[in-house]
Amino acid sequence: MDWQAFALSLRLAAVTTAILLAIAVPLAALIVLGRGRWLAAVEALATLPMVLPPTVLGFFLLVLLGPRTAFGRGIVALLGHPLAFSFDGLVVGSVIYSLPFAVQPLVAGFASVDTALVDAARLLGAGPVRLVSTILIPLARRSLLAAVVMSFLHTIGEFGVVLMLGGDIPGATRTLSIVLYDQVEGFNYAAAGHTALLLLGLSIFALALIYSRTRSHGVAPRDA
Amino acid sequence: MLSFSLNAHRGAFHLQVEGAFAADWTVVFGPSGAGKSTLLRLLAGLDNPRHASIVLDGRALTDSAARLCLPPGHRQTSLVSQQPALFPHLTALANVAYGLRSLDRAARARRLDEVLQLVGATGFAGRRPQELSGGQAQRVALARALVAQPRVLFADEPTGSLDTLTGEMVMDLLVGMAREEGTTVVLVTHDARVAAYAEREVMVRDGRVLNPASSQVEVAQ
Repeated sequence: MDWQAFALSLRLAAVTTAILLAIAVPLAALIVLGRGRWLAAVEALATLPMVLPPTVLGFFLLVLLGPRTAFGRGIVALLGHPLAFSFDGLVVGSVIYSLPFAVQPLVAGFASVDTALVDAARLLGAGPVRLVSTILIPLARRSLLAAVVMSFLHTIGEFGVVLMLGGDIPGATRTLSIVLYDQVEGFNYAAAGHTALLLLGLSIFALALIYSRTRSHGVAPRDA
Repeated sequence: MLSFSLNAHRGAFHLQVEGAFAADWTVVFGPSGAGKSTLLRLLAGLDNPRHASIVLDGRALTDSAARLCLPPGHRQTSLVSQQPALFPHLTALANVAYGLRSLDRAARARRLDEVLQLVGATGFAGRRPQELSGGQAQRVALARALVAQPRVLFADEPTGSLDTLTGEMVMDLLVGMAREEGTTVVLVTHDARVAAYAEREVMVRDGRVLNPASSQVEVAQ
C-alpha cells in the first residue's frame, strides 16, 4: 500500500473540500436567492465540470496554467513556480472539477427551504450573510453534509484531471487513483486490489454516513 | 401615514394602485386574486415593484425614480401571514429574539420578556414551533413581528388557519398589542368579523384600489 499517496489524496480532498465550501455556499445562495436571468448562466457554468470529460478539463487547465499563456506566466511570476505538475495545481483543478458536486446539493437544499421562512428572516432585518448562516444552512444541514462528503469523495477518486494536470510525481501529485493506474499498468493486480478496496471502503463509509444522516425514518403517512 | 403609488407586474398579474393608510386600523378587502397580498408584499419590501413610490411618515421607503428600495428589515414595517412561518430549528423565544439584534443584552432581555408577556407566551417560550398549537404559534409570530416596534404591521389573513375561538383570541391580542405599541395595522381579510376590528376599509379589485384614502369608507363597528 502506498501510504504516501493515501496521505496526499486525503490532504488534497480536505483542502479542496474546504475551499469548495467557501465558494459553493455563497454561490448556491446566490443561485437560489438572487434574481436575474444571468443566474441561469452562472448555474450552468457551475455545472459544466460535471458533464465535461475530465481529460478535457485537465488539458485546458494544463494549457492555461502552463508557461505558454500570459496567465500561466503571471502565476510563475507570482509563486515562483508553475501550477502545473504541483500540489497547488492539483488543488485548483480539483476545486473546478468538483465544484458541481458541492454546489448542486446546496442549491437543492437551499431551494427546499420554505420561502416564507426566508421572507420572515428578511422582514426581521437579516441580510444575506445572516440569512444564509442562521436560516438556510441550519435548515439544509443534510445538504451541506452531502456537499462535503460528495466533494471529498469525488476528489479522492479523481483521475483524469490529476493525471493531465499533475502527472505522477511521488509525494507531490501521485494520488491513490494514479497509484491504482500504475499498479494495473505494471500487472501488480494484488496491490491494485488493495488500493481499489481502500477506495471502495472510503466510498462506502462516506455514503453510509450521508444516508444515515439524511434518510428519514420509516415512510411518512400520506394525507388522504 | 403610509402613502403609496405602485405599478407592478407578477406574471400575468398587474397591480396598479395609489392610496394612503392614515388610520390606525385599515382593512383591505377584495376577492381572491385581486392583489391584496401582492399589495402587502410590495409595501413590506418583499417584492420590488417596477414603478413605485412608497412613503412612510415622510420617509421614502421605495422610490423607483431614485433607484431606492429599502430592504424589508429597514422599513419600520413588519408582516404576519396566515401561516406563522416560525423558524423550525429555533425555540419560540429565539424566534422572537431574531429581530432584536440592535439592542444590548439587558435591553433585549427586557423587551423579550415584555413582548412574551403581552402575547401570553412565557409558558411555552422554550418550545420549538412543532411543539406549539396553531394559536400558540400565531401568538409567537405576532410577538416576533412586533418585537422591534415597527411603525406599520401588515397582517395577511392572520387568523385564516385558526378556528373561530382561537382566531378571535389572536385578533384581540393583535388589537391590544398594536394599541400598546402604537403600531398602525393594515389587515387583509375575507372574514367580516375580523374586518370589523378596523376603522377604515379599502377595496382592491383587479389590481386596483377602488376607494383610495380620500374616499375611504367607515366600517361599522
